[in-house]
Amino acid sequence: MEFETVIGLEIHAELLTATKIFCGCAPKFGDAPNSHGCPVCLGLPGSLPVLNRRVVDMAIRMGLAVGCEISHNSVFARKNYFYPDLPKGYQISQYDMPLCTNGAIDIEAEGAKRNVRINRIHLEEDAGKLIHDQDADSLFDVNRCGTPLIEIVTEPDLRSGQEAYAYLTAIKQILEYLGICDCNMEEGSLRCDANISIRPKGETKLGTKTELKNMNTFRGVEKALAYEALRQRDAAASGEAIVQQTFRWDPDRNRTVVMRSKEEAHDYRYFPDPDLLPLVVDDAWIRRAAETMPELPARKRARFIADFGVTPYMADVLTLEAAIAKYFEETLAFCKDAKLVANWVMGEVLRFAKEKKISVASLSVTPRRLGALLGLVAEGALSANAAKRAFDIMEMQDKDAAAVVAEEGLTQISDTGELSKIVKDVVAKNPKEVQRYKAGETKLMGFFVGQVMKATGGKGNPREINKLVSELLGQG
Amino acid sequence: MIDKKIVQHIADLSRLSLSDEETEEFAHQLASILGYVEQLDKVDTSNVEPTALVAPARDPLRQDEPTPSLPPDKLLQNGPKVKNGYFAVPKVINQ
Ligand SMILES: [Zn+2]
Repeated sequence: MEFETVIGLEIHAELLTATKIFCGCAPKFGDAPNSHGCPVCLGLPGSLPVLNRRVVDMAIRMGLAVGCEISHNSVFARKNYFYPDLPKGYQISQYDMPLCTNGAIDIEAEGAKRNVRINRIHLEEDAGKLIHDQDADSLFDVNRCGTPLIEIVTEPDLRSGQEAYAYLTAIKQILEYLGICDCNMEEGSLRCDANISIRPKGETKLGTKTELKNMNTFRGVEKALAYEALRQRDAAASGEAIVQQTFRWDPDRNRTVVMRSKEEAHDYRYFPDPDLLPLVVDDAWIRRAAETMPELPARKRARFIADFGVTPYMADVLTLEAAIAKYFEETLAFCKDAKLVANWVMGEVLRFAKEKKISVASLSVTPRRLGALLGLVAEGALSANAAKRAFDIMEMQDKDAAAVVAEEGLTQISDTGELSKIVKDVVAKNPKEVQRYKAGETKLMGFFVGQVMKATGGKGNPREINKLVSELLGQG
Repeated sequence: MIDKKIVQHIADLSRLSLSDEETEEFAHQLASILGYVEQLDKVDTSNVEPTALVAPARDPLRQDEPTPSLPPDKLLQNGPKVKNGYFAVPKVINQ
């Protein structure tokens, strides 16, 4: 029987605010334990949570970016569970009245497009950190408690690990463009859980689902889902029932491990949090948020193709990060040859940024400097190879193109007078080759061009040299 | 309907251990409290918007401006057990 995989994702994104969601503590990690906490963080009696306006603003922007409706009234609820990572004994979240509902984004995987519906985006607070492996006790640090999160929940619209990867990447890109999350899965500022089931092709009812957690990389999500899809097919093939369970992905062994089965599943007993009034968002607020939205990846990509004539692939790479797109467009202000600029940004610029593990925005070769360098290439004053060398030196020594080209003597010789003198010289020194050439051995052209290039120290303009050599030998 | 099984389930979720007599007693108490409140179910609310809170106020919002946190020693002072700047709690297996 042919099966279809059905996947839904829940993404948690930590928002880049200056303070926590319900108190004025800074949401900083890596600092001394328990150095960012207050009575609200600790859930001390008499303390009251007060919602951070910027958290709402960021969530509205994310909602708008994925086409959600923004609720004028949403409600905070208590999700009750007894575990020492939250001192209150409950997490403040949103339940049946979330801030954003009914969105969708388009993704592309394996050459096929898919519209992925987003059921909801809601606000919640993060839990604290527990350390289990340093002591006979478990150790609790409150610093992360109350860090603002948005949870983005899809409908079960994804059909493979690759699609899940594409969707996750698209969400990451939007979060980064909006500047509301730094999207580091390894450090946990972006987290992804998945529900997955299989069903016979053509069936519309959902099969029994399992849950996947602890997928700490983008590829880990893809691999874990591919693994689980296969496991469920194997189980179905051998007549085994799929049991509702939660699995953890083990990246070292490339397999899933059972965390808990349904009997242990949580019963969260949600109810509206009496400490918080309903969140009221009026049209003016939504309008303000919409007006301050940056250009999003999909639109930027389309514009790059239409306005600059770059290929769809180039447009994908150039819009991968907002910083890359910005670098590209800023360079265009100094060099109008869009394809040349695109090739260089995709080549040298990204290569250097990757090697140095920095953003393109932090390179010594700024868009202005790159533009000036490429201007020299475009007007034929610098060969592509010389330009690459210049780029290396500019980056290393933090210098302008003009300075490096002058200091290193990289300027290409396009001066016909100078070149033709060298060509004549080379021809005079190689009478035998000239004879063979004239006897029809035209592949010797390469030999003459090579000799001339050598004599110029690699700085001769190859097109000019070719022209001069064939003119001279042709005249014979 | 509240019975001993439900009381036991709620107690488990709250990590409370109840004796048989207590379970029996709380089942009885909870059933009578809920039975009293359930009278509200008789009211037809099909045309009424769900209400989370009765106060007609808006939630006050806070600007995203930091305020000082507690000094760690103060923050930890009510902890029954503290180790190396952490609250120490009985070992729990990662959920
Ligand atoms: Zn706090």
